[in-house]
Order: sequence, then structure tokens, then C-alpha cells
Amino acid sequence: MINAILIFNNHGKPRLIRFYQYFAEELQQQIIRETFHLVSKRDDNVCNFLEGGSLIGGSDYKLIYRHYATLYFVFCVDSSESELGILDLIQVFVETLDKCFENVCELDLIFHMDKVHYILQEVVMGGMVLETNMNEIVAQVELQTRMEKSEGGLSAAPARAVSAVKNMNLPEMPRNINIGDLNIKVPSLSHF
Amino acid sequence: MPAPIRLRELIRTIRTARTQAEEREMIQKECAAIRSSFREEDNTYRCRNVAKLLYMHMLGYPAHFGQLECLKLIASQKFTDKRIGYLGAMLLLDERQDVHLLMTNCIKNDLNHSTQYVQGLALCTLGCMGSSEMCRDLAGEVEKLLKTSNSYLRKKAALCAVHVIRKVPELMEMFLPATKNLLSEKNHGVLHTSVVLLTEMCERSPDMLSHFRKLVPQLVRILKNLIMSGYSPEHDVSGISDPFLQVRILRLLRILGRSDDDSSEAMNDILAQVATNTETSKNVGNAILYETVLTIMDIKSESGLRVLAINILGRFLLNNDKNIRYVALTSLLKTVQTDHNAVQRHRSTIVDCLKDLDVSIKRRAMELSFALVNGNNIRGMMKELLYFLDSCDPDFKADCASGVFLAAEKYAPSKRWHIDTIMRVLTTSGSYVRDDSVPNLIQLITNSVEMHAYTVQRLYKALLDDISQQPLVQVSSWCIGEYGDLLVSGQCEEEEPIQVTEDEVLDVLEGLLVSNLSTPVTRGYSLTAIMKLSTRFSSVNRIKKVVSIYGSSIDVELQQRAVEYNAMFKKYDHMRPALLERMPIMEKSSSNGPTEMVQTNGETEPSALESKHPPPVTQPTNQANDLLDLLGGNDVGPVIQTSMPTKPASSGGELLDLLGDLSLTGGPTSAPVSTGPPPQPGFLLDGLSSQNLFNDISAAGIPSMTAYNKNGLKIEFTFQRATPNPNIAVITIHASNTTDADMTEFVFQAAVPKTFQLQLLSPSSNVVPALNQGTVTQVIRVLNPQKQQLRMRIKLMYSHKGSAVQDLAEVNNFPPQAWQ
Repeated sequence: MINAILIFNNHGKPRLIRFYQYFAEELQQQIIRETFHLVSKRDDNVCNFLEGGSLIGGSDYKLIYRHYATLYFVFCVDSSESELGILDLIQVFVETLDKCFENVCELDLIFHMDKVHYILQEVVMGGMVLETNMNEIVAQVELQTRMEKSEGGLSAAPARAVSAVKNMNLPEMPRNINIGDLNIKVPSLSHF
Repeated sequence: MPAPIRLRELIRTIRTARTQAEEREMIQKECAAIRSSFREEDNTYRCRNVAKLLYMHMLGYPAHFGQLECLKLIASQKFTDKRIGYLGAMLLLDERQDVHLLMTNCIKNDLNHSTQYVQGLALCTLGCMGSSEMCRDLAGEVEKLLKTSNSYLRKKAALCAVHVIRKVPELMEMFLPATKNLLSEKNHGVLHTSVVLLTEMCERSPDMLSHFRKLVPQLVRILKNLIMSGYSPEHDVSGISDPFLQVRILRLLRILGRSDDDSSEAMNDILAQVATNTETSKNVGNAILYETVLTIMDIKSESGLRVLAINILGRFLLNNDKNIRYVALTSLLKTVQTDHNAVQRHRSTIVDCLKDLDVSIKRRAMELSFALVNGNNIRGMMKELLYFLDSCDPDFKADCASGVFLAAEKYAPSKRWHIDTIMRVLTTSGSYVRDDSVPNLIQLITNSVEMHAYTVQRLYKALLDDISQQPLVQVSSWCIGEYGDLLVSGQCEEEEPIQVTEDEVLDVLEGLLVSNLSTPVTRGYSLTAIMKLSTRFSSVNRIKKVVSIYGSSIDVELQQRAVEYNAMFKKYDHMRPALLERMPIMEKSSSNGPTEMVQTNGETEPSALESKHPPPVTQPTNQANDLLDLLGGNDVGPVIQTSMPTKPASSGGELLDLLGDLSLTGGPTSAPVSTGPPPQPGFLLDGLSSQNLFNDISAAGIPSMTAYNKNGLKIEFTFQRATPNPNIAVITIHASNTTDADMTEFVFQAAVPKTFQLQLLSPSSNVVPALNQGTVTQVIRVLNPQKQQLRMRIKLMYSHKGSAVQDLAEVNNFPPQAWQ
């Protein structure tokens, strides 16, 4: 079982935090800090497995991490998961993010935290691996995003405001206003 | 009120903050805005606000006031709302809050929603944080969805079922019918999660395990298809078809075949196939191979397959990829117990891994190396391990040092080598060895009689170089105290003897006493060592002076020792030589080495002393028996010198304490064996050794006897010695019946003279079957501290052929060995 999935950058700022086991808030932040501390010390040419810190529980847990550019992807797993398999899973997850965001970079994860959560939800559920087929995951995420967009998305209100204006019946604007000698040309306003 | 800002805006704003305080301020402002927005019950912007809240929660700020809002979002009709609402519930809520129960109804409705994505959301949330009550309520819905044909939902339902089973194990049977045709699915996602579900069920219940064993052929078939099928773009990862599924199936096969011959046999072929056909150039191939190896080692596979597996691991060890090496070392560690010889073949590679830069690999290699040490390779391995010990990180040193000691103890080819190895460890990593290795080492040194001169010389030289490593200093000072005479006499066969004068030795020991580097324990050791030298050296005056100075030391322990030693000089000078005599060979209480010694360290010692309290101390000669008890009974070693913290100036008198302190170096030579006058560089030998021999006599040595034989009832006594205490005889009675009727309500009672103590344990039964068909056994323990002839009166009561029978008898014919 996967205990936790943490994504943070080279300075330890969290980009995505998902715990599949209950931890109090302060403990969660402490775990993030401790994990960052352990992982950032590692050289680039050592193996990707770490015996977990004492906080995240027990001798059964390992930290399996991968470093991509400015981000660390850390999965905390117990002995029921295959270590090499998890490495592949991280790779699949990152490639899926890449497909969903078109050349994903850290900024995408920062500004679309909710979307990343939704993608992760299609890969790992309740600490167990749900789906590993990249195309399948991307397709499902796409469909759900479309559903959301049709309702207006998170930024619901402005969209409705826009469509409300669109549907407004504006009286036809006169092209030219003739007041005596003055000839004012009215610029044509584009449709909303 | 202006519309709440968008998530993007918030993020952008927060990122402009330059300090933590600025960020906190911004967030507090936004939280206040969100709170008022929540209060206004604004439906349109709620999703936006909760999204912002989740972001702030990730950064570490409190977000509990959003919990109820998440529930409202879940209840909404819009997909957007539900999506963010469920996410919020999973991140912010958990079982501990009562609020989560309110979700149950919503989830129930959503599980039956028309849109599959809503159903999926509900399944996801239930599977992540459903409490046991929720799971109980909703298990039926999950089970229904497990049977649906929609693969998107089916796979989610399977994982949700796993969560339900984890929370409420009793519900496992409910999902059993649904699992029937899970494996015939074509969709890999469903297959994958189904295998996870089956694995969970098998791990939790042995019944399920046997039930699912019949699935082995089907699993083998699926695996075969995966390997044999050509390139399939859907599931391909670096050229291998759905490696995740392959790994899962292999794991399930492992669980199914674990103790079952038939299943293991059915799997042999496919495992061999996977092991040989998988491409190993990429991580995926190695992941599959690794899983295969683990499976082969766990099930009852044939030996050819096992050798293949270990060879694969050996190949992994040579791989450049660190991860593979790490994984190989981990699995070799698991298999080294069962397939020791096969792993030995890869010993040199493993030893090379000790030199790797990676900390995780070094640790694994170290553990594995210790597991591989045996009598044949001990010299070579030890060289490598000592080299490793010199250069490794401090975290490793303690473990490595203990490992070296254990290995050396088990397989040392010669005493000199053993002592050299120990010296090497002490001098290089002396400060990292465990505290309990000091007494262990001292015992070892005492027992290697011929090496005393050599040892003390080397230790002395080491002490001259460096007095900072406490364990080394303690062992050295103890040895110098014991064997100082050998040191100054300059006789050493193994090495070039050094010329040392008594004054130089005393200088060194006194230096230890005053040095800032010495711990109180070390000071205790050196003071006692100086005292011991008073019988071995001629410069007694100097020693007297040192001892009397410390009589007013601030350290209570040192003060007590000094005062007692002073007393030895003044009042008990006649006993001093006897008391400070050489240590006898210490018997090892068991092969557990360190832990055993720790036990005897302080704990059993006071009890041993207490048992001696009654005898007045001024006549040690008459207390031979008690002393012998102690000598024979406990492994009272020199550890006592380190740990008498709470021992009061006991009522038994100072001499008693001293005896305890010095751990019975000698004492009354009028013990049942005579060794002549004490100051012999020998040990309290013969008495002790024959005592030990006695301890070792087992039942085989003492003949059994018939105690009673009348009216068809025969009672036999067999004897055993309880080895911890030679005065306890353990007698087992065997009652047998030669008549043709059973003897029921059989009760055996025994009485012994006043000088003995008797303990009767419960009988095996109270019916003695007829015609010798069985016996009743009962255990009697007799304590015979005065070693008098054992006599016993027994009373028997039983019912035979309807009438009650009673009889008394005396048993006098005990064999002499039983009570001597």
C-alpha cells in the first residue's frame, strides 16, 4: 500500500501532498519537512530507495523517490509494493502529467493543483494502484474536464456573466451619428 | 460584496510574498474573506473558495472551517461542485471528525447516479477515507458495482472493496460471489485491481486462500498471454506488455503457492519462462525479474529453479544501476538463511559492495556479509570487514563492531587471532562498541589462558597511545589489574616483550583516574585495577597512598571503593591476597553472549548477594557451600565492577560487598577441593570445575529406581538435575498399572525430612490405565542444600474395582548421585 505521495521542489515547497493514512496537520507538515531533508541530501548517482524517516511510521516503510528537473516525486510505500514497480509508476504518472499539460513544468503544478489531484485520483486510489495505462487515464481525465467545462468550471460566475451578456439584446448601434455638421464615426465594437 | 478572487489569482498573489510573515498575512486576509463568503451561503462561489482553501491547506495553514462546506458541495447537483467537494472531503476530513458521517447519504445517492464519473467520485472517496460505519452501510452498493459491466466503475469498485475489507473484515464473504468472473475480464485495469482484491482476501483469510488456489491455472494462463502476445500499444511500457499486471500476478502466485505443493508445481513452468525470457535492459524488465525471483524463493519450487533465481540475483549485483543492486542485496539477505551455499558463490561481489558510495547499499552489504561469514572464509571476510569498519560512517560503526565480535566469537580460528581482531576493533572504533561487549571481552580474555601475557602487553601499548576510547580503556585497565605481574616480568611468547616497570604501570593507571576523558565507570575500573596490583606488585606503599586519597573523593562510587580497599589494607590485610587472587575461568551461561551478560550485570547479582546474607562473613571458610552455590550458579563476571550503583553498605558486612565487588576471585580454599595456599597464578580450579561437571549431569547419568511396587501399582522415579542450581533434584514419577482394571482418582503425595524442601507439580492425569496401557507422570522438585541423604515417605490413594485403596510407603533406596 502507498502511504503517501509527496511532490515538492528543490527548496522544499510542497506542490502536491496526498496522504492515504490519517496524520494530524502538524504531523503532515513535519513529515514533509523531514522527507525533504532526507531526500535533498542524496546525491544523484545513488539508489532511489531510502529507509523512511521515523515519523512516517515503522520499519516497514520505504521512501521511493525520483528527481525530475526541479521537482522531487516521493512515494512512501510499505513492503507489499514492489520497489522497482513503484519507480515505473512514478514514471507513468509523470508522463501522464506531461500528456495532460503539454510539456508539464513546475508552474503547471503550481497553478493547477486541483487538476493534478484529479489526475492522481485516476492512477492511485486509496493507496492502491488503480490504472497504469496512460492513454486510458488521459482519456478519462479529458472527459471529466469537459464535463466540468460545460458547467462553467471552477470560475463559475464570470462564465455565466459572460454568457449572460452574450444573450443580452443590445439595440443596434447606429453606424453614424449625424449632428449637424459633425460626423462622428462610431467605431465598431466587436462581439463579446 | 465583491466576488471572491479566483484560485489562480490567489496563487499568484501568494507567490509574490517575499517573507513567511507576508505570506501568512495574505493568507489570513484571504481566509477571512472566505469565511465571510461561507457565512453568506453563496452557492455560486463556494467551489472556488474551497479550492483556494485546499491550496492553503497544502501550504500548511488550518482549513478546518471548510469541512462543512465540502459537504454542501458534495450535495450539490453540479459535477464541478461534487468534484472539488469530494476532493476537499478526502483531504480535510477523516474518521475522527463526526462530520464525515453526514457524507454517507450523499455517497449512497451518488453511487447510484446516472453519470459514471459521479459514481466514480463516490467510490473513490469511500475507498480513501470511509470509516467502518460508512463501509458497513455502503458495502452492498459497492458489491453491486463490482458486478457491473462498466470497466471504469468495476476497477474502482474492486479497490473500494479492498478498503471495505480492511475496515470491516467480516464483510469479506459478501464480495466472494462477485469475484467469480473477475479474472475473465479483458480490460487490464479491471484485471489489475481484481488481482489486488484477490491478494487482499487471500492475505487476510486462510479459507479464502484455499478457495482461490483453484485460480492458479487461470492466472498462469493470463501471465502466459501477456508474455507471448506481441507488441500491444495500449499496455506497452518500454517494450514489455503491461509489466504492472505481470508483477501483480506474480505476487498473487507467490501467496497462493507458498505452502502448497500442487500450486507450486503448476507455476514452475511459467516462472522459468518469465525468468529466462524477460529483457533486462530496462527497469521494467528488472522489476518483473525481481518479482519472479521473490516468488521462486517463497514457494516450494524445485532446486533447479532456485539456483536460477539466485543466479539472477547475482547478475543483478553486477548491474550498474544502483537500484537493482540494492534490490538484489535485500532479497539475498532474505534467502541467505535457506540457500546459504548458493549465496556464498556471490560472496566476492557482495564484499565489493561494501566499498560502494551509496549508504543504503553499504548497509545492506554489511548485513549480508555478516550473514555469510563461516568457518572457512572467516579470515578473508574479517579483513574486509575490519577495513570497512575503519572507513565507514559513524552510524554503521556500532552495528559493524557488534557484528565483528559475534562473528569472531563463533568462528575464530585461533585465540591469538581472536584477540588481535578484538584489539583492532577496540583501537579503531573503540568508542562505538556497545557497552555490553566489555564484559564479554573480559570473559574471553580470561578464558584464553595462554594469551594473557600477550594480551596485556598489547593492551598496555594501546593504552599508552590513546585513553579516549572508554571500552578500550576499561578492558585494558581490567587486564592490567589482573595480569600486571606478567607485564612487568616481561615474559611474552608471542611478541617482543616490552620493558615496563611497576611505576610506569601505576603512572598509567593513575593517569586514567585523573584524566578528564575518563567516565566514572572507567575510574572505577582503574581504581580496582590499582588495588589488585597491590598483591602482584611490590610497591604497595604507593598503592596505599593512591587508595587513601580517593577515600575522600566526591564521586560516591569511587569513595566507597577506596574506603573499602583501605579497610582491606588495615583490618583485613591477611585476607587481601586471597581476595585479590586471579580470576577463575568464567563459565559461559549460554551461547547468547552479550544479552546473557547484560542480564547478569546488575540484576541477578544483588539477589545472589542477598542469598548470602545470613552467613556471617568473618568465617568465610564455613560458608563453602554458599559460595559454591554462587560460583556454580551464576555467571558472576567482572561486570559487577561497573554496576553497583544502589548497593548500600550492606548489612552483610564490608567483606561481603568486597567479595561481590571482586566477583569471587577466590575465597575459601577449604572448598571441597584443596588447592593449597591462594597466591597461585591459577584459578579456583578444581573445585569449580568439578562443580561444573556436576551441573552437567543429566538424567542419563543418574539411574532410575523403582520406589513402590505393590498390588499391581508400580511407581518409578527418574532423576534430572536442574542445572541452574545443583541442589535441586528433579524427580519424575511414572505410575503404571499391571492389573486388568483402571485405577481412578489416583493421588500421589510425598513428604521429606525437615532439612529438605519439596515441591510437587500437577500430575498428568489421575487415572492409571489398566494393563500397562499408559502411565501417569508427576514432577517433584526437591531442594537439598545440605546434601544429606534423600529419604521420602509417600502416600498413595486410588479407586480400584470400586473400592478405595490407601497406602503408605518409605522410599530409602535413592541412588547416591541423586542427592550428592
